[in-house]
Amino acid sequence: MSDATNPTSATAPSSPGTSANTAGTPPPAGAGLSARQVQIRSLVQAAGMLPVLILLAIGFHVLGGHRFLSAQNLSIVAQQASINCVLGAGMTFVILTGGIDLSVGSILAASAMGALIVSLMGGLSWLAIPACLAVGLLIGLVNGSLVAFVKLPPFIVTLGTLTAVRGLARLMGADNTVFNPQLSYAWIGNDGINLLGFTIPWLAIIAIAVIVASWYVLRRTVLGVRIYAVGGNPAAARLSGINVPVVLMFVYALSGLLAGLGGVMSSARLYAANGLQLGQSYELDAIAAVILGGTSFVGGIGSIWGTLIGALIIAVLSNGLILVGVSDIWQFIVKGLVIIGAVALDRFRQGSGTRT
Amino acid sequence: MTPALEMRGISKTFPGVRALVDVQLQAWGGEVLALMGENGAGKSTLMKILSGAYQADPGGEIRVEGQRLDITGPQVAKAAGIAIIYQELALAPNLTVAENIHLGSELTRAGGRLDRRAMNEAVRPLLARLGTPFGPETLVNTLSIAEQQLVEIARALHRQSRILVLDEPTTALSARETERLFALIRQLRTEGIALIYISHRMAEVYELADRVTVLRDGSYVGTLDRDALSAEAIVRMMVGRDLSSFYTKTHDPDAVRGDVVMEVENLTDGGRIRPCSFTLHKGEVLGVAGLVGAGRTELARLIYGADRKAGGSVRVEGTPVSINRPKDALDHGIAYLTEDRKGLGLFLDMSCGTNINMGVIGRDAGAGGRLNLSRARERATRAFQSLRVRAASPIVQVGSLSGGNQQKVLLARLLETGPKVLILDEPTRGVDIGAKSEIYRIIDELARKGLGVLVISSDLPEIVGICDRVIVMREGHIAGEVGGTTGTPINQQNVMIHAAGMAA
Repeated sequence: MSDATNPTSATAPSSPGTSANTAGTPPPAGAGLSARQVQIRSLVQAAGMLPVLILLAIGFHVLGGHRFLSAQNLSIVAQQASINCVLGAGMTFVILTGGIDLSVGSILAASAMGALIVSLMGGLSWLAIPACLAVGLLIGLVNGSLVAFVKLPPFIVTLGTLTAVRGLARLMGADNTVFNPQLSYAWIGNDGINLLGFTIPWLAIIAIAVIVASWYVLRRTVLGVRIYAVGGNPAAARLSGINVPVVLMFVYALSGLLAGLGGVMSSARLYAANGLQLGQSYELDAIAAVILGGTSFVGGIGSIWGTLIGALIIAVLSNGLILVGVSDIWQFIVKGLVIIGAVALDRFRQGSGTRT
Repeated sequence: MTPALEMRGISKTFPGVRALVDVQLQAWGGEVLALMGENGAGKSTLMKILSGAYQADPGGEIRVEGQRLDITGPQVAKAAGIAIIYQELALAPNLTVAENIHLGSELTRAGGRLDRRAMNEAVRPLLARLGTPFGPETLVNTLSIAEQQLVEIARALHRQSRILVLDEPTTALSARETERLFALIRQLRTEGIALIYISHRMAEVYELADRVTVLRDGSYVGTLDRDALSAEAIVRMMVGRDLSSFYTKTHDPDAVRGDVVMEVENLTDGGRIRPCSFTLHKGEVLGVAGLVGAGRTELARLIYGADRKAGGSVRVEGTPVSINRPKDALDHGIAYLTEDRKGLGLFLDMSCGTNINMGVIGRDAGAGGRLNLSRARERATRAFQSLRVRAASPIVQVGSLSGGNQQKVLLARLLETGPKVLILDEPTRGVDIGAKSEIYRIIDELARKGLGVLVISSDLPEIVGICDRVIVMREGHIAGEVGGTTGTPINQQNVMIHAAGMAA
């Protein structure tokens, strides 16, 4: 399944219907699948939750008085999905190694605070975005070194930074909202490119760029293969010469950096940052997006496209439920049940052999 | 007289695969029936049907002591006195021996409180009968694997089981533990229990079995009585053809006097592995023999940099090399095939192609670590051909292959790195007989190409069959050497003399 998008699938010598049987003796029962079976299986896996997304969209369109699939609303959905998409991309890297990063919501808050504070420093205001990314990267590196070198469990490490960095974010603004009505990069959060009459928000463009770049790293670079390898079998990864700590360091640093980018995006949208409220429980939405996307919690299995679809499902749910007029309280309940239901459906569809 | 167990016309169809076709089996009380067959021949499927884990297709018949029995689940099998002891033991490590034996049928006092004393007393005579060195209060996680096996056997006997299946019970045992287990098996046989013994090892089957039933490709091939037992007959039945040249040794026998490719000097981990020194020549197959626990794997891991060494040095082609982690070893041309293929070797969820390329993707990559996909495809296709991997194509997940083909994929990964020294740790463990022979051929070919090959093996006929020279380890040091220039011929006896510490 790690080959879902590998072009090998297209050109490898395949012998549909017959299994390779060169040496005269039949292969033992159950010895492998034909190339066609493998291709079909990877296609099914790549498609994953797409049908659920489409059904939800159509459902909300019909129930919500045909407003859901309008260009304006879709643009709002895209904006809502974009920050979660970026966080989810980082989370995908981490979960692929068998880890977890609970601190992304707090990192987003702290880095957004950093950005706002720097943006108010007169001559230094052009450093706002670099500062924001740097804060994210730095905290990611702290997570990474604790996991990779001190060898603490990722859940514990990032649970710790979740709390500590949230406190840090509040400390940075003396527990107040920092506001900058002249925020130089506010266009990121509020403008877009005009294309054939549609306005594509910059936020969505950034999210797509992050997804495509993540795909490239995961599927087309040595590092990507090694990330899958470390998640699939860490002991074997070490024995086959992979520098496991460096790989782990990279995924946590990247997750932190992308959380910093999330900080840029969300502060650009709001012209403000608040250490207490910003990014609260964003980590849970990001994890939900990854899980909805079919990435295994054990590590080694999953794809970035799944995460994109997962993030879209969550955004469609939030937006659609409002359009349909479901109360805030019920939105939580429905969202939770849909996540569980969708993954259960997926498990059922793929048979009992799948791991989570 | 009726057999203790009779299975007739047993078939099992999984979606797309007929795992068993019309298989029969008869086991009598007071005998050991060996069940043999290559991996995938259907032994475990048959035993899973017996244990109630799988349901046979309709049409078959299972009789216990002549009574027809419909095994619809594990409870039915248990109640009928059928017990299976798998390779992976199923004990609760944090409970005592007595608690484990009573698991599911605990003795309680009023109010549902456990009656530990009664459970201990109930188990004591049973443990005495088995002659165990531990008592009922012992915590299971303080016991060795062999002792835990005894607990499993005790549990089976406690349930009054009359049919006992042992699935490759000696895999993790030392020679002495194996002997003790065999003595116990013989004792149980005289007590009238029907024993079904599943094993790959011909020597064990010779020693224990009263009869041998052979399966091949899910079908019943036949049953041999004790007086008709011979290795050739069994192999012929298992493989379906004669294996005229099981071992291949066509490489240059003079390599043992040729150029040195690797020298290990006083390598030690400061603990179990005492300083070890030996040399490996180009084009030589050097065996490393010894009992389980003699430190062979540990020595290999020290050379490969998988574990931290406390002293000693390694030279490759005369140049001292510093190896602190596996990557260093690979960079200096030393590759290591682990004995634990699934746990430490393969990435089971990945394709064969990715597994094969894992060691070289960094080397092949373009700018920015961009994968060279066409090169990777070439390597995988070529490796599939040269090692004769039997799978539809390199995009197939390696976890779905048989043991032998998995081993070839792992071997291909090492070979792609272009090593000068190849350390193979139990290269044919869990590999069926046909693939074994092919792996011997591959090893021979590599030696012909000038690689130095170090083969660690517990399979003495294998060591004798393919090696030019053998070093024997005992208790963490190199106890002796046979073959090569030593003047002592390589045979099982000479190896065992050093392994057991009987050399003068």
